[in-house]
Formats: sequence, structure tokens, C-alpha cells
Amino acid sequence: MTVEHGATLPPRPPGAGALARLASSMAQPILGRIARRVAARHASLFARLGAHQNTDYVIDPVELPFALHLRPDPQALLFRAVPRDALPAAGATIRGRFLMLLELLDAEVDGDAAFFSRDLEITGDTEAVVRLRNALDDVDGSIAEEAAAMFGPPGRAILGHLRRKYSDDAMPRGE
Amino acid sequence: MSLAELICPAGTPAALRTAVDAGADAVYCGFQDATNARNFPGLNFTPEELEEAVAYAHARGAKVLLALNTYPPAGKVDLWRQAADSGARFGVDAFIVADMGVADYIARNHPGVRLHLSVQAAASSPEAIRYYAQHFGVKRVVLPRILTIPEIRKIRQEIPCEIETFIFGNHGLMVEGRCSLTNYLTGQSTNMDGVCSPASEVEYIRDEATGTMSSCLGGFTIDRFGPEEKAGYPTICKGRYTAPHRPEGYYAFEEPVSLNLSRLLPDLIGAGVHAFKIEGRQRSKAYVRSVVSAFRRAVDDIRAGRAANIEDLVALTEGQKQTQGAFETKKWR
Ligand code: SF4
Repeated sequence: MTVEHGATLPPRPPGAGALARLASSMAQPILGRIARRVAARHASLFARLGAHQNTDYVIDPVELPFALHLRPDPQALLFRAVPRDALPAAGATIRGRFLMLLELLDAEVDGDAAFFSRDLEITGDTEAVVRLRNALDDVDGSIAEEAAAMFGPPGRAILGHLRRKYSDDAMPRGE
Repeated sequence: MSLAELICPAGTPAALRTAVDAGADAVYCGFQDATNARNFPGLNFTPEELEEAVAYAHARGAKVLLALNTYPPAGKVDLWRQAADSGARFGVDAFIVADMGVADYIARNHPGVRLHLSVQAAASSPEAIRYYAQHFGVKRVVLPRILTIPEIRKIRQEIPCEIETFIFGNHGLMVEGRCSLTNYLTGQSTNMDGVCSPASEVEYIRDEATGTMSSCLGGFTIDRFGPEEKAGYPTICKGRYTAPHRPEGYYAFEEPVSLNLSRLLPDLIGAGVHAFKIEGRQRSKAYVRSVVSAFRRAVDDIRAGRAANIEDLVALTEGQKQTQGAFETKKWR
């Protein structure tokens, strides 16, 4: 048996307390707007989700002070930031570095490859995760850029900054 | 020299467009049901999507091959017949079939559409391949991944149809088309329901204290990865098991590893292989874009008489390991 060594995810950050609560409440209105826009422009992705439109997904970007809660119900879409000490009971949890999750969203990174390298962790209902992944992968173009464009040049600048910052942070991992 | 067509996977319409734009000569895909061997949740095409996809591919000079490569359970053959009728109506360029009944139905009802014999039919001898060619007019056989290149060359000389071989991707090859391991644990059949290790039966359990991750199928743990170990698909053939002679646990069937024949392409062309297949309809557009473009450049280089400069694709492989499998030597495992 060959055991190869690679990067594993850092220990789960606390993401609780007053700071996490403040950060999640600041992110909230932005996330809501993004989710509504993406849902309106890519309505066909709901069909691929099937019964998992009602699943509670927790998306956990390990470096952020909060996690994200998504319930992709087209009638009552929910996408909100949640401190880690107040997470809902998750049907499925998707965990990884923020930039990697962003790249997964935009089909810049292959989900299976990220899973093989252990950069992506999934727990809970695997079918729910597979459906969400396939639904998002069928979206043409970049969801992250669409979201950034909603906020004009400042939005694009922030996205560019995040990408640079996180790719620089990821560099020393030597992969 | 053979044409060395590049046959590329598409699990969604967006992946099909990505494959065509990246230089696929043909794209293979399936409907959202048990008629194909990647019947995964949220994957595949509705009839309307397939019709649009065929138009997109044809407008750009690419072909669409419809996978109908599972075996209909008794009394349920209508689903396969309807799928064939829809595919023919939308103008697909070929059907990829495994079951003789499905092959016979298409040969009789849609004689103008090419038939390709799926790897799921596990036809690996000239006799078997000739049988399909003579009785159903099969024009191409997708060979099981168990033959060496000299064996492929010999088969080519003895059959009346084209040969397609896998060159990249998943390397689960336990008697292709006849593997019942998933059935044993989940009650669902890879070959009839179209899914190995159905996602609804898969669970990953993380142990926070040790950082290990267990892969479970149908409630059974089939592998456990240490915090620094690369992972593989949750298929039984790639599971790690203990046995009296190996109490520490070992890969009893196969290791998580992907096939990569990028360095053998000239030899395969020399052996008379007509088409190269990339596995991975379950993979993302990112995978399709990277793998298809890399092999497009390689095949074009070889056709132009240049040495192919193959990119490193190991990051996309299962377990982040690759093999040339039986194509290089029968002793690979
Ligand atoms: S268990 Fe392995 S060999 Fe069997 S069908 Fe699944 S992937 Fe193929």
C-alpha cells in the first residue's frame, strides 16, 4: 500500500461568539441577494436537485468565521451565514478552504479530485451533495463573477482580491 | 494510420458543450434513467436537453454517442426501446449498447444509426466481437481494459469492425459488465440499474479526534483513510479489507488508481485503435476541460508527426495515482 502525503484541512476554527455573530449578520443581506439572483437566472438547476430542494446544506469554509446554510427550495430559498455554534441540523455538510469552494462553485476545480486529495470533506447525505454538485456544474459561466458583478466594480475588485489572497495562502502547500 | 478519434464524457449539457469546445471528436452521454451505466442523481440528460446537445455538437462538427449500455431486467425492456427511439429521432450518431436484445431492437428499427459495443458487453475475443458484428452490424467495439497492446493488434486483424480503447479515467475493471459487488451490499445492480455504489447508500464518516475518514457503503465500512492519505471512490473493488493473512488491512481487489495511457497513444494508434475514450461522465466540467484539451493536443501532435507533450493529469486521478494497467503488462496487479 502506498500512502501519499498531502494537505489536509486545518482544524475546525471556532467560528462562535460575538465576532462570528457580527460577521454573519453583516454577510446576511449580501448572501440573500446573491442566492435570489442566481436562482432567478439559473432556474433549471432546481430540477437536478429533485427532492433535495428541501435539504439543509451546511457549507463550511474553514477559514471564515462562520459557515453557510443553504436550503435550495425555489419557493423559499434560504442562504444565510451562521456562526458555528448555531448551525442547523444539516442534511449534508461540505467543508473545505474558501477559495477551493469558490472554484468548485465555478467548475474551476473538479469535486472528485478535491475529494481524492482530501481538500474537500463531505458528510451526511451523499446523494444530496452529488445532486447539488451536478446541478451547479450544469450552470454555464461563473456564479462567483455573476455575484460579484451585482455589486459593480467594487464587487469585482473584492472577488479578485479574495482569489489572489487565497491562492497566495494556498501556495506553500506545495501542490 | 487510424483516425484516433477522441471520445469524451458528458454528464450534463454544460459538460457536453465544454467537451465539444475543448476539441472532442465525439461526446458520449445518457438519459436520466437506468438505460445507462452512470445513472447518478442529478446527472445526465432529459430528452429535450439531448436534442439541444445534438444540435450544438453537430453545428461544431462533433458527434454524439448515446449510451444505452445497461441490461434491461426481464419485462422492462420498453425503457431501453423508448430511449433508442428518442435518440434516433434526435439524430444521435451512434448507440453504445451492451445487451443483445437492445442491439437487435436498434439494428431492426434504426438501421441507419451506428451501433457501438459497450465495454459493458466485455467482448474481448475475436469470436465474441465477430458475433456482434455479424448479427447486429456492430461497427465498433469498446475493448475491456484487460488487454495488452500486442493482444489488441492481433484482435484488430481478426475482426471486421473498429476498436475503441479507454485511455484515461476510472480503472475499475472487475469483469466489466458482470460485476455484482454493489449488488451484494446494496441490492442495486451496476449492470441493470446503472449505478455502482449508489450515492444514497454511501456515507463518509469523519472522526474529529483522529482526522480519519471512513467510506461506508450500505452500512459497511469499505475503507478508512488516515488524515494524510489520498482517497478513492467508495466502490467495493477499491476497498481495503482485513484478512487472516493481512490483519493490517489491504486492497484485496484494486487500489484507488486511474488509467492514464497518454504515453502509449502512438503504440495504440500503431495497433490499429480507431478511437480513444476518456472515462468520467460523473466528473465535472473542470475535469472534462482539462483532460479533453490535454488529449486533443496530444493526438494532434501525434497526427502531425510531432512528439506529444502530455500534461500532468495526476491531480485529477483517483487516489492521485495513475497506471497503464494491462495495456502495459498483464503483471500490473
Ligand atoms: S465495484 Fe468496481 S469493478 Fe465493480 S462495477 Fe463498481 S467500479 Fe466496476
